[in-house]
Amino acid sequence: MNHLAGIPLWIALPVAVLVVTGSSLALLGTIGLVRLRSFYDRLHAPTLGTSWGVGAILLASMLLFSWLESRPVLHEALLGILVIVTTPATYLFLGRAALHRDRAENAPDVPKAAADDKAQD
Amino acid sequence: MIRLVPHPILSLMLLGMWLLLTRFSLGHLVLGTAIALVAGWAMGELHPARVHIRRWTPILRLGVVVPSDILRSNLAVAGLILTNGRRGTRRPGFVRIPLELRDPTGLAILSIIITATPGTAWIEHDRESGILILHIFDLIDESAQRDEIRRRYEAPLIEIFQ
Repeated sequence: MNHLAGIPLWIALPVAVLVVTGSSLALLGTIGLVRLRSFYDRLHAPTLGTSWGVGAILLASMLLFSWLESRPVLHEALLGILVIVTTPATYLFLGRAALHRDRAENAPDVPKAAADDKAQD
Repeated sequence: MIRLVPHPILSLMLLGMWLLLTRFSLGHLVLGTAIALVAGWAMGELHPARVHIRRWTPILRLGVVVPSDILRSNLAVAGLILTNGRRGTRRPGFVRIPLELRDPTGLAILSIIITATPGTAWIEHDRESGILILHIFDLIDESAQRDEIRRRYEAPLIEIFQ
């Protein structure tokens, strides 16, 4: 890791803070995924990892490699955009599947269909 | 012009992506432009709904508001997971929001914002009535939650697309 030894503190510090923040958020998200009880609650926990969890780590990577290569390294932004743009597809499927199952089983506390609703307010 | 570049935004974004993935050089600028144009024509053959951006300034505003809101909800949800839902007092719930936004692109972007925000999950949307059902991780005030989504995200998206 010789090439990392020459990094000045003012780069190393924000990079370290961003990496630790991002990975902590991702870790908390996975802990939530294990500990939360209902399926709908569990939908929320991993979004910690897919939003600022991945965002902070990518920012750290952009900062570090821009300094190491003495040019702006921005292609991490693409990873961020692709993660942000593609996650709703899976979440929508999961959410709708859960809703469909709960309605079929007549589970309590399930909202009635959006289609048969005359605006309540 | 429209025949030559049928999807200018798509083509520009593809060119930007090409330049990000390769090192910037004149050669890659030319190659990237060619690829972006061909992709634009291919997309034109599929006849997708044309995206009309009516106003640009709300895009900038959303670009600031959304990441900071997402950061705040990240911290809030992380705190709730750490404190075991404020020692068991957290109350999750569903919220119905009647939307006025009808533009498919605008709705897609709204779904991205809501999904990327921890604490709110997009559960169901009915195209005819415009009713959206969200699941809220920590539902404190239902009508405040409804107003926030409509004011902060729906209103600028309506400005941009409708």
